Amino acid sequence: MRRQPVPTRRRFLALAGGTAAIGALPVAISVRPARATPEMMATAIRTVTGGANVKPGKVKLDIPPLVENGNSVPMTVSVASPMTANDYVKSIHVFNEKNPQPNLGNFYLKPSAGRAQVSTRVRLADSQKITAIAKLSDGSFWSTTADVVVTLAACTEDVI
Amino acid sequence: MTAALINVPKKARNGDIIEIKTLTSHVMETGYRHTPRGEVIPRDIITSFTCRFEGDEIFHADFFPATAANPFLSFFTTATKSGKFDFEWIGDNGFSQTASASITVE
Amino acid sequence: MKVVAAIVLSSLLIAAGIVLRPLIATEIPASERRSGYTFMSPDTKAMQDDDTTNPGMLGVIEGEALWNRKGGSADKSCADCHHDAKVSMKGVAARYPSYDKVLGGPVNLEQRINLCRARHQQADPLPYEKHDLLALTTYVAEQSRGMPITPDPTPELQPFVAKGRDLFMHRQGQLNLACTNCHDDNWDKHLASSAVTQGMPNGYPIYRLDWQSLGSLQRRLRNCITGVRAQNYDYGAPELVELELYLMSRARGMPLETPAVRP
Repeated sequence: MRRQPVPTRRRFLALAGGTAAIGALPVAISVRPARATPEMMATAIRTVTGGANVKPGKVKLDIPPLVENGNSVPMTVSVASPMTANDYVKSIHVFNEKNPQPNLGNFYLKPSAGRAQVSTRVRLADSQKITAIAKLSDGSFWSTTADVVVTLAACTEDVI
Repeated sequence: MTAALINVPKKARNGDIIEIKTLTSHVMETGYRHTPRGEVIPRDIITSFTCRFEGDEIFHADFFPATAANPFLSFFTTATKSGKFDFEWIGDNGFSQTASASITVE
Repeated sequence: MKVVAAIVLSSLLIAAGIVLRPLIATEIPASERRSGYTFMSPDTKAMQDDDTTNPGMLGVIEGEALWNRKGGSADKSCADCHHDAKVSMKGVAARYPSYDKVLGGPVNLEQRINLCRARHQQADPLPYEKHDLLALTTYVAEQSRGMPITPDPTPELQPFVAKGRDLFMHRQGQLNLACTNCHDDNWDKHLASSAVTQGMPNGYPIYRLDWQSLGSLQRRLRNCITGVRAQNYDYGAPELVELELYLMSRARGMPLETPAVRP
């Protein structure tokens, strides 16, 4: 007589996870809107820069490469600048390419800031590339990018 | 009820660069979510934040639906004299919240 | 044919979550008990560690205002009887749910607040999982932050702890999973990308990034019960309070972290 295969714990857990993911899918779809596109991000960036050349450099974007929950992603942007009356960062703009809309934040600074650095927490709907752009007092634009992988929660619950 | 949590050093020396941190309670409803019945939950977010020192704007931020619930901000300023920081959050549906904090500069 | 039938049957059993292996409930030894905090990323830990960045602290501030607000027909505030919460509420959350002599059973912190409202303020109960009750509970629980969980030793409470343990060990739902299958037997593994964790109750109400708000232990329990596709219990149901009781006994000695941040 042949014995029925006894599922191992590992196999069972993998299966339970798979079932949970399938079960959760309709909810995830119902709350996920149409996405922005990289083109929308490019348009949003042009709105800020007026089409001026954006050079890589001067800007540092600290954001975790792998985030536990896309609902609250800590992010710090700093710009190498002396922050004097003649040479300072006027504004910092952060963009994404896959959220429903392309803006993550605009921040307007004064020379009195002393340090061109802002931190906030943002929502990221999916793994994507983040772009931070700084506008300097001489009218130049500088930027950097970072890739973020967003993991999705295994269990979901209805919106309450 | 809304609350704001402001962190400003009570004291600083003239010329110190100080960090200001703010947290304010707000749901930051994106306008992109639906109820289980399929109805759109209307957008309800804070759209702007301004920090003034003795009446002069020192920092301003635009928020978006991508700003996490209960918005957090950290930014810097140079302490030059004693005075008062005023914080103002403005948003959808007439949302308005203010807070203030004082600093003594030695 | 028999082999194929056996495989099909076993697949169905697996699909239905009916595991043929007998349930062996192995409780986690005290030396291996770990707060959910230890499973978090450095960024999420940092958010909890700093009171100026922990969004749960907004609930503490709001709860303090509610503590001092007069209400009900008695026109009394919590502070009118309990005075400074920093003194009177210190250690309270670490021993809840606690025994209520009048009811002859356990009440959790939220229920205690509402009993206080009914008995002393002559006020309506605050609804579960809404802002005010969460804020007040968070404010009260925060007074015990850092203190070890010390379950209420009242003998009359022990049968309820046992019922909570039974529920924790009881398979339920379409996935036919008991709490113990994940949180005792597989806490060191992952479900998709999320850590399974030991299901410790030592930070509630928590600020959960997934919720984008504060939430109670009962919300988290209901979340899990939905996850295994089981019939849920209403907020305040005796079963959920009994589960809370067992979870607190299981976490004996662990420091309270309220308001904890969790992913």
